[in-house]
Amino acid sequence: MIHSLFLINHAGDIFLEKHWKSVISRSVCDYFFEAKEKAVEPENVPPVLQTPHHYLISIYRDKLFFLSVVQTEVPPLFVIEFLHRVADTIQDYFGECSESLINDNVVTVYELLEEMLDNGFPLATESNVLKEMIRPPTILRSVVNTLTGSSNVGDKLPSGQLSSIPWRRAGVKYTNNEAYFDVIEEIDAIVDKSGTTVFAEIQGVIEASVRLTGMPDLSMTFMNPSLLDDVSFHPCVRFKRWESERALSFIPPDGNFTLMNYHVSSQNLVTIPVYVKQNICFFETGPCGRLDITIGPKQTMGKTVEALMVTIHMPKAVLSANLTATQGNYSYDLATKVLVWDIGKLNPQKLPNLRGSLSLQSGAPKPEDNPSLNIDLKIQQVAISGLKVSRLEMNGEKYKPFKGVKYLTKAGNFQVRT
Amino acid sequence: MTDSKYFTTTKKGEIFELKAELNSDKKEKKKEAVKKVIASMTVGKDVSALFPDVVNCMQTDNLELKKLVYLYLMNYAKSQPDMAIMAVNTFVKDCEDLNPLIRALAVRTMGCIRVDKITEYLCEPLRKCLKDEDPYVRKTAAVCVAKLHDINAQLVEDQGFLDTLKDLISDSNPMVVANAVAALSEIAESHPNSNLLDLNPQTINKLLTALNECTEWGQIFILDCLANYSPRDDRESQSICERVTPRLSHANSAVVLSAVKVLMKFMEMLPKDLDYYGTLLKKLAPPLVTLLSAEPELQYVALRNINLIVQRRPEILKHEMKVFFVKYNDPIYVKLEKLDIMIRLASQANIAQVLAELKEYATEVDVDFVRKAVRAIGRCAIKVEQSAERCVSTLLDLIQTKVNYVVQEAIVVIKDIFRKYPNKYESVIATLCEHLESLDEPEARAAMIWIVGEYAERIDNADELLESFLEGFHDESTQVQLQLLTAIVKLFLKKPTETQELVQQVLSLATQDSDNPDLRDRGYIYWRLLSTDPVAAKEVVLAEKPLISEETDLIEPTLLEELICHIGTLASVYHKPPSAFVEGSRGVQHKRLTSSAGSGESVESPDTGSAAVSEAPPAVIPSQGDLLGDLLNLDLTPPTSTGPPPAAAPGMQLGAMDLLGGGLDSLMGDESEPLGGDIGGSPAMGAGFGAPPAAMPASFNAPISGGLDDLFDLGGGGMTMGTYIPPKTVWLPAMKAKGLEISGTFVRRSGVIQMEMTLNNKAMSVMSDFAIQFNRNSFGLAPAGPLQILTPISPNQSIEAALPLSTVGPVMKMEPLNNLQVAVKNNIDVFYFSCQYPISMLFLEDGKMERQVFLATWKDIPNENESQFQIKDCHLNSDAASNKLQGSNIFTIAKRTVEGQDMLYQSMKLTNGIWVLAELRVQAGNPNYTISLKCRAPEVSQCVFQNYETVLKN
Repeated sequence: MIHSLFLINHAGDIFLEKHWKSVISRSVCDYFFEAKEKAVEPENVPPVLQTPHHYLISIYRDKLFFLSVVQTEVPPLFVIEFLHRVADTIQDYFGECSESLINDNVVTVYELLEEMLDNGFPLATESNVLKEMIRPPTILRSVVNTLTGSSNVGDKLPSGQLSSIPWRRAGVKYTNNEAYFDVIEEIDAIVDKSGTTVFAEIQGVIEASVRLTGMPDLSMTFMNPSLLDDVSFHPCVRFKRWESERALSFIPPDGNFTLMNYHVSSQNLVTIPVYVKQNICFFETGPCGRLDITIGPKQTMGKTVEALMVTIHMPKAVLSANLTATQGNYSYDLATKVLVWDIGKLNPQKLPNLRGSLSLQSGAPKPEDNPSLNIDLKIQQVAISGLKVSRLEMNGEKYKPFKGVKYLTKAGNFQVRT
Repeated sequence: MTDSKYFTTTKKGEIFELKAELNSDKKEKKKEAVKKVIASMTVGKDVSALFPDVVNCMQTDNLELKKLVYLYLMNYAKSQPDMAIMAVNTFVKDCEDLNPLIRALAVRTMGCIRVDKITEYLCEPLRKCLKDEDPYVRKTAAVCVAKLHDINAQLVEDQGFLDTLKDLISDSNPMVVANAVAALSEIAESHPNSNLLDLNPQTINKLLTALNECTEWGQIFILDCLANYSPRDDRESQSICERVTPRLSHANSAVVLSAVKVLMKFMEMLPKDLDYYGTLLKKLAPPLVTLLSAEPELQYVALRNINLIVQRRPEILKHEMKVFFVKYNDPIYVKLEKLDIMIRLASQANIAQVLAELKEYATEVDVDFVRKAVRAIGRCAIKVEQSAERCVSTLLDLIQTKVNYVVQEAIVVIKDIFRKYPNKYESVIATLCEHLESLDEPEARAAMIWIVGEYAERIDNADELLESFLEGFHDESTQVQLQLLTAIVKLFLKKPTETQELVQQVLSLATQDSDNPDLRDRGYIYWRLLSTDPVAAKEVVLAEKPLISEETDLIEPTLLEELICHIGTLASVYHKPPSAFVEGSRGVQHKRLTSSAGSGESVESPDTGSAAVSEAPPAVIPSQGDLLGDLLNLDLTPPTSTGPPPAAAPGMQLGAMDLLGGGLDSLMGDESEPLGGDIGGSPAMGAGFGAPPAAMPASFNAPISGGLDDLFDLGGGGMTMGTYIPPKTVWLPAMKAKGLEISGTFVRRSGVIQMEMTLNNKAMSVMSDFAIQFNRNSFGLAPAGPLQILTPISPNQSIEAALPLSTVGPVMKMEPLNNLQVAVKNNIDVFYFSCQYPISMLFLEDGKMERQVFLATWKDIPNENESQFQIKDCHLNSDAASNKLQGSNIFTIAKRTVEGQDMLYQSMKLTNGIWVLAELRVQAGNPNYTISLKCRAPEVSQCVFQNYETVLKN
């Protein structure tokens, strides 16, 4: 099982270590640093590394490496999932997951880690349960604590932990009872230079924010559940009901949680909201090239495309860009060779265009690789797959809650090849 | 107010100040001080000096303070064992606390203190906690047993904690069940044969019930445990699958993959025509696809496992090609894995799409990725014949880009395409030759040289091209040197007139000026071949090569089966059997898939590698065709009905091996050129040609004795009177067996037949897990025990092994009669070879017939059973011959001299009770003997005669 955890920052300094069994010297991380050196980009460090006596399994998140050491055969996915859970918990407790915040709350983090694993076995990883045992720091509480001398460690056994619904604590009370759901879809697509869709799929997620008194039992049904190719649920969802009726039936955790992830792919046609006309070329003679990009709406289901942004990783030889944008601003970062064109709202009457010349390092050969365009966009109030919630009901409690469902479509990994 | 304040120090010295604060009367100050200590600890500062002061804070009602002190204790108790004892009392008291949280905390912390003295005190509280009324305490105690086992395994066994732990599997609370399973699994890992997790239908039912109710992590433990179970029949299999399937929709990817493992394994048991089987196959695809939209680290592990799944059951993901398309911002480790799977899934139906993608990737920035993409194009050409032409033209396009590494990769793969489709795409050679100068990587140079040599007759200036490489011969890597040597010999055989000088030059460079034994050996082989028998040389060097297989890097089937049983583990990420890399002392059980096609043996026997040899199921094997299938059975893998049986490849290997092994042996063995000394000096050569009579160290696993011993035996060999032991010959050349070379011989010593082998590891990786099995044969020879190779063989090491044989195995007549087909398995693969044993191995010590009986029998055997042979060039007198033969259990019963001719009457008895009678006529002065053999089973005569000949001449 998980033996030790090291937190390592971008620069390669270990700033926190925790051991659940015997202490392992931090020199074990040298193997990791070696691999990090070799990978150049931090994103490219292989997640599973073998050393003579240990295995190092790491994730890279928020510019931090979470590196765990294991000594025996363990499922690596279990370790990776757990590490992400650690990062999620830290984010949940302190608002973001960064070195300075972890250092500011080092003792709390340490206490959390101790609660999350015992001898390498996960103990309590549900945010609700953890929060009952170790209360997240708030300014108010720290003031109260200093005045009264009370502690921020719960001294009662978290109620939910052993019930059959470990995700919900007992005795929840609200004056305003609300249940809000966000259906968020991300389009992952690759479009080739002629505009043909090579590959497209939709990753959907239903995020919930539920503040309901008591033990409410919710059920949610969809207009068109057959759209979904694959689903994965929060443990609270009763799988049998989904199998038989395609309805989500659950006693929700308290607060924010991910109710469901789903996947819509090739079986159903995926709509691509915008088209891109582009031409990026480098001349054989002379150190320069041309760039011309136009974006227009394709299938937007009658809604406006917002927050449109194009990112291009230029070849190394490109020194600068001299471009004119009919809408929005562009910037070219010389160090990272990234061209960003921030467009904003897409106006179907007047299509945004970016054109001009690129200058190359003199003497450098004509770049071999053609840069890909990465598109970011948002469409409010629509789930591009067409998924719609038809009903949301509550049983088990007498009051009438506020209910709401919002839809949002975003570009996930949306690439246009040139 | 943040914790960063704990890091600030003053000039007085941090430790000193903390000490004062820790001993303060104010609770709040104490707590703050402990927090500072913990903060220093987390960043790796040594605060062990504060041990007594911190432990003093332990007696408190404040839970937070208590927890902090516990944190400190866990870290430093080991370094201060005597001080740690101070804490015991508080622990024991806390274990009796009314609050279950404190009871659990105490037992949990105590288990983390790795000090022997404390563990002694832990036993009683732990025993109570394991039976605590509160499930939270029980579940914590279950994990504590695993901790204690890690510190002192004996103690845990003596105290009977393992039984208590087993009882917890039947606990009413699912969380307790999950933790008990996890703890038992961890303990079982260091006790491979303890049978701790005794899985039976009742426990399985309990686990399946708990599976639905426990936490996500518990589900992983339970699923991994379930995967070890072997269902009794397909109905049980199906019902488990049905109850596990819902886990595929879990949000935790580790749960999903563990569920996939259980399903992949239990599916084997289901009849393929079952509707449910098809349904299950369909259900597996979507969750696997979804794993690919997770974080890149998760994707990587998922992809490594999908790689295995695709090899085992390609049908699951055959329509999902597109999800493996590479995005430019995928991390490189994900890109490379995706590419691998794309090639595995490539088929005629989707090849156009795949090629378009690959071409796109070949223009990316990342060099490793581009190289692999180019290579992938070549693999597509080999895999999907219809696409070969398009692949070749794509490769030519890429060569035109003149990007150096792209050109080199392309040439390497074009070589493979030539191997697969000979005489089809040679028109491109001209283009390739244009880029000769730009090649600077050994692999590309070697590939190009191979192409030039192979098609020398079509390239006008082949000699010039090869000559240009020859200039810097000694600076080339071995790979290129070897290839160049072969290419020039090929060229010479094709155009002997113009290239004589060239070939002499390369042969002398390889043999005289090189100190690389491989190169030298190959040089000598060619040299001798060319000088003794150019026709044979032509046959050997220009022999038609077997076509290369479609899938070049498929995982060997038995390994794949084992890996499928380990989906989701580190083994599956590294594609190595768990035994290959899990820390030494821990034993590992080999897992195998059990399939419904098996002959009713549904109970999986966990074999530990060496025990892989068992009696083949008794069944009549009618023809040679099934033989291979039978050999394949040897590693206890019942044949599965899906997937092509990998019989074709070994078949080819057998044939090819005979040609090479036998042919070269006879070519080389007869000569006694002045090269002898050289041969002796290079052990590889000596073993390879079987020239020196093999040394026979009887001890198992003795390290190879080396050249000196061999020389010794050369002198001493003649002196030993007794059983004639044929010299070891190479049975399995290294090139046919992924680097494993086996040479051996047979001996009979005081009634025991032994097969003595030298196993030589010429590969780069360690070999282990050897097992051996024979095919049924004429005299029922079978291993009397497992092959005793206890230590893994590291590269370039060789090991002697003696395998005692029995003659009670299944019988089938072979051609020739003394032929023996053998399968040897190791961690890499299963290899097949055949060898012939001297029939004298089977002559019994009590083979001396009474005179009278002999006479009567001789008359009794009909005359048509008599056969006569001539033994030529034998210069022994009759007494010496008689003595020599007696050593091999051929007994002289009577001797008669008629007209200067000695007549020896001899008898021998085979292990299966067949008597052979012989009359040997020796005439003084005449080196030719005549022998008449009479036997009720005349088939053996030929073998017996051969045996006479070898015994008498050695």
